[in-house]
Amino acid sequence: MTEPLAASEISVRLGGRAILDGLSVRLAPGQVICIVGPNGAGKSTLMSCLAGLRRPDRGAALLGEAPVLSLTPRKRARRIGFLPQTPEIAWAVEAETLVSLGRIPYVGAGGLGVEGHAAVERAMRMTDVTGLAHRTVDTLSGGERARVLIARALAGDPEWLLADEPLAGLDPGHQIDACDLFRRLALEGRGVVMTLHDLGMALRVADRVLVLADGGLIADGQPLAALSPEVIRRAYGVEARLLDGAHGPVLELVGRHGG
Amino acid sequence: MRRLPVPILCAGLGLLVVLLAGLSLMAGRVWVPFSVWASYGQDPRWAIIFELRIPRTVLGVLVGMALGVSGAALQGYTRNPLADPGVLGISSMAALGGVLSLYFGLAVDSPWILPALAIGGAWLGVIVLLLLAGSTSSVVTFVLAGVVLQSVATAATALALNLAPTPWAVNEIVNWLLGSLADRSIEDLKIAAPFIVAGVAILLTTGRALDALTLGETGAASLGVDLRRERLVLTAGVALAVGASVAVTGAIGFVGLVVPHLVRPLVGSRPGPLLLPSALAGAALVLAADIVVRLTPSAAEVKLGVAMAAIGGPFFLFLLARMRRRLA
Repeated sequence: MTEPLAASEISVRLGGRAILDGLSVRLAPGQVICIVGPNGAGKSTLMSCLAGLRRPDRGAALLGEAPVLSLTPRKRARRIGFLPQTPEIAWAVEAETLVSLGRIPYVGAGGLGVEGHAAVERAMRMTDVTGLAHRTVDTLSGGERARVLIARALAGDPEWLLADEPLAGLDPGHQIDACDLFRRLALEGRGVVMTLHDLGMALRVADRVLVLADGGLIADGQPLAALSPEVIRRAYGVEARLLDGAHGPVLELVGRHGG
Repeated sequence: MRRLPVPILCAGLGLLVVLLAGLSLMAGRVWVPFSVWASYGQDPRWAIIFELRIPRTVLGVLVGMALGVSGAALQGYTRNPLADPGVLGISSMAALGGVLSLYFGLAVDSPWILPALAIGGAWLGVIVLLLLAGSTSSVVTFVLAGVVLQSVATAATALALNLAPTPWAVNEIVNWLLGSLADRSIEDLKIAAPFIVAGVAILLTTGRALDALTLGETGAASLGVDLRRERLVLTAGVALAVGASVAVTGAIGFVGLVVPHLVRPLVGSRPGPLLLPSALAGAALVLAADIVVRLTPSAAEVKLGVAMAAIGGPFFLFLLARMRRRLA
């Protein structure tokens, strides 16, 4: 079963500035968890610490009871899938080839094996990119490429999916599709963590929202509670109002605080 | 372009290498037909095969493999289609190591000194290159770093020539620098072969990491690739393969640039499966070029390094032009 992921007293300094300052949080699987916060608040830094890609100056990310960094890179990669914020695709490979790179933690340079092929096919079905299988990635649109990259992360069948700004560059339809997909992954018992800039989207899709500002969490909880007007004012310096929409609460951003 | 299954591609290229190697044993100023093989030393041309053509052919295969696979590995690691041991100055650094050993007369003491210094020079070259270019995968930074390295190595080599004690020393250095497979002995082969084989073998193990690097350094790290280890493996492999090659044949450029480009579309652009076919295609290219060089009717044999530069230079320009068009 998926073990919980936690940050324990994580501190990271970059260029003399404390990006994260003794941040602790415990994340349970089976939920869609959104991390929001202003630019430079340390969302990506926190994500890369949780994914075991960065060693914090102090503290540690824990998977279950064990520090993430104590796992071998290969074992860690099988359990935690990571989608970087600015994905790079160096060569014009076919979409299917790109998705199969997600199996690298399992296979050597050789073939994928039956299980690997099945996982690749399943990941491509889930993200609706099966039809793109033999297109080379340089001919894909931004949205198609983003979905192929999500499929790449899913092909590794990770317990945890950490996605840094996975919705950037997607049109509203595909944003909703991606969120539905993350929801399904959570229902399967996996852990899903993503960073977002769109607070309305966070309100809509998250089971739990973490608001990151000034090196720590200034709010943590259910979306409506965590994204209160006071929190938004404090985090972003923006006045916001919660309105009752026909399909649930709607967040209206009024303007700069004091402006 | 239609993708070929890698085993079939390798088998085809392997066959091509065997055919070219056979031709390389026969072709030259003196045509040695296959029947001489059966003469068991009776025919005077027997000596040509065993003293000259066999070392030359085997060396051609090894050096071609070394340069082809080094180019493919460097391109995969840097995600830069213009990477090549020659273009990036690694061969020049190896050549500088060789020149220094010739200049100071160290090469006379032991046959191992020159290859050791050439490998050392190549290693230093790769490390400086990776440091200069940093962790960015920017094509421009990388090529510029290579230009810097190339200039420094060339300047130091020129200085050695400038200060060379005798015209014979200059002659020796220049002849070696031009790059050739001609008149290499079994002894040369024995010295270089273990290092080249080790380097090529090391580079062939990097396929999984290079595949992962298609997704950039962060992507590769998230797939469980230990980047620091892979960087060490790559620099060691390139240094051994290129350094030992340069030590016996001098600088032969552009093989590592041209070969992966021709092979890449056939393997669907994946950097991992590109390695072995690039090694084989490199061997084929060097053998073919060396045969052409031998058969060229000129007073003195055209040096292989010169011939490769004549083919490779325009090819490099063509690649640049195509990249510019794509970026525009």
